[in-house]
Amino acid sequence: MSSVAPVDLPIEGGPDAYREAAEDTRPAARAKRRLTSPVATIAALVIAVLWTIPTFGLFISSFRPAELIQTTGWWTVFQNPGFTLDNYRDVLFSPSQSSPQLGAYFVNSLAIAIPATIFPIVFASMAAYAFAWMKFRLSNWLFIFIFALQIVPIQMALVPLLQTFAIWLRPGQEWLHDVIPVIPVQNYLPLWIAHTIFALPLTIFLLHNFISEIPGEVIEAARVDGASHSQIFLRVIVPLATPAIASVAIFQFLWVWNDLLVALIFSGGTQDVAPLTQRLAEMVGSRGQDWQRLTAGAFVSLVVPLIVFFGLQRYFVRGLLAGSTKG
Amino acid sequence: MTTGDLIGKILQVVIGLVVFAAIVGLLIFLMGRRVGKKRSWWQLLWFLLPAVLLLAVGLVWPAIRTTGLAFQDNAGNFSWDNFVWMFTQPSAIRTLVNTVVWVLLVPTFSTALGLAYAVWIDKSRGEKYYKALVFMPMAISFVGAGIIWRFVYEYRSAGRDQIGLLNAFVVAFGGEPVQWMQTDPINTVLLIVVMIWIQTGFAMVVLSAAIKGIPTEQIEAAMLDGTNPWQRFSNVTVPGIRGALVVVLTTISIATLKVFDIVRTMTGGNFNTSVVANEMYVQAFRASEVGRGSALAVILFLLVIPIVIYNVNILRKQREIR
Repeated sequence: MSSVAPVDLPIEGGPDAYREAAEDTRPAARAKRRLTSPVATIAALVIAVLWTIPTFGLFISSFRPAELIQTTGWWTVFQNPGFTLDNYRDVLFSPSQSSPQLGAYFVNSLAIAIPATIFPIVFASMAAYAFAWMKFRLSNWLFIFIFALQIVPIQMALVPLLQTFAIWLRPGQEWLHDVIPVIPVQNYLPLWIAHTIFALPLTIFLLHNFISEIPGEVIEAARVDGASHSQIFLRVIVPLATPAIASVAIFQFLWVWNDLLVALIFSGGTQDVAPLTQRLAEMVGSRGQDWQRLTAGAFVSLVVPLIVFFGLQRYFVRGLLAGSTKG
Repeated sequence: MTTGDLIGKILQVVIGLVVFAAIVGLLIFLMGRRVGKKRSWWQLLWFLLPAVLLLAVGLVWPAIRTTGLAFQDNAGNFSWDNFVWMFTQPSAIRTLVNTVVWVLLVPTFSTALGLAYAVWIDKSRGEKYYKALVFMPMAISFVGAGIIWRFVYEYRSAGRDQIGLLNAFVVAFGGEPVQWMQTDPINTVLLIVVMIWIQTGFAMVVLSAAIKGIPTEQIEAAMLDGTNPWQRFSNVTVPGIRGALVVVLTTISIATLKVFDIVRTMTGGNFNTSVVANEMYVQAFRASEVGRGSALAVILFLLVIPIVIYNVNILRKQREIR
């Protein structure tokens, strides 16, 4: 009956529970121990290695001198030793015109991704609450319609949206540039709006799954105490759904960071707005054989997502699994 | 980038966030304006308005307009030409076929691998690290993934040291190095591998969470009944995570249909590797064939309708139970 609610999962003990189970002699516990078979372990190891090697190879290569990258495989790094930080220096800080100058694009990626994560999450959680806990006619139909919008490919919206922005947003951007000259005419606003719109269907759907799992009694109790919807939303739903909201936010952040298409259409492609992905794609197109630059450049673009991912992973997994909404 | 540029960028983000906070504050203020009978209606309006308005202006209306553009020639008259082009031009037909292949292969393999992996590492020591390794590609930009794999597929002519891992293997086993990215149809398969590599982690994380949500009693009861691990998997685990499976398959299918960055980065859509999403971009924004681009976008939409109908039915059942 329950849809995907990865959130209402009481975790059955942690590693300690596992150790206890190992000493437990009841039949069920013994059987549980047998679950982890050597074949499964080996298969899992093979997948883990296969999944890691391509990235690892690129990582090693990014620290090798250019001529070694071009002539020997990265796995021969012990036969052909060489370690250098020049590739990173070149792609990040070198002011020469032929260099990628990724510093500015790095800032752009952050400046696009942070607001483009916050905006849709806030609007989507409000809408998700309305669909989950407010009774109104046609609510099901509207929800299903929004769910179905997930699959309207953004390709369908690009051309008209570009025209809309040119008519309605451009004058505002020009005015802002006149008032504050350091802000270029071509600013981040179109990208923020586009990303927010395109994220809404999926984020509403996911957050609705989480928010509708919150026990009705909690909300009823608040209602009996005379709380209005806005109070319930702010004081009950948001705190209870924080782990879920955080995990959806992490996904959204990564999606925006990953994006190339929206950037290509709405950023104008200059250092003012374009994100790292767009710059990297350009580098592949124009200098597809400069492996020393491509490897280092790729890693510059991976640093932030990896920090987000590993830094928030515990929180993220806990939010996903700890049964946060069902105590 | 000068310091002035940097200040301008930070300023934009700060202004953006402040304005947004003001909008949300205004919404909450407006909600509290009404008391009495109409209050809940009034609040509902403000809860839904931002999302509904944005979707109407930014997705629904543009989609309708694009559909209109698809049925117009360059002079603005009604015509079927764009669709005729799509189903008669060999290159366009190839694009459609490639897209179908992508959508058949990526969700299937990613979900199967993700599920198998989640089951195998379930309750094992170091599960966290196993998960992190496979989930990591999800954090990588498609463009970054494209570069990583272009490096794996890199070609050096026979007799020279191979720097691409795949050709190094081929040569080590006595074969001739292959120009993977230029060889049709293997190149499309190798691009699909990249997408599977990215999406498996997502499937694994969601399904692993769902597996842990299955009550232990069920598993234990099945064990006491003397079932083997495969029976437990197919009769207890799979039914227990059906909802999660549907979501994973749907999400990955949709992501695959929109796949653009990988093709763009690795082959640029050349050598018969183009997919609908890439061709749409090329036609609408590079070749200035807005009609053809729109027609491709419409086709993309038609391709996913079956997925949606299936999901909407499941959703309707769920909403009725409540």
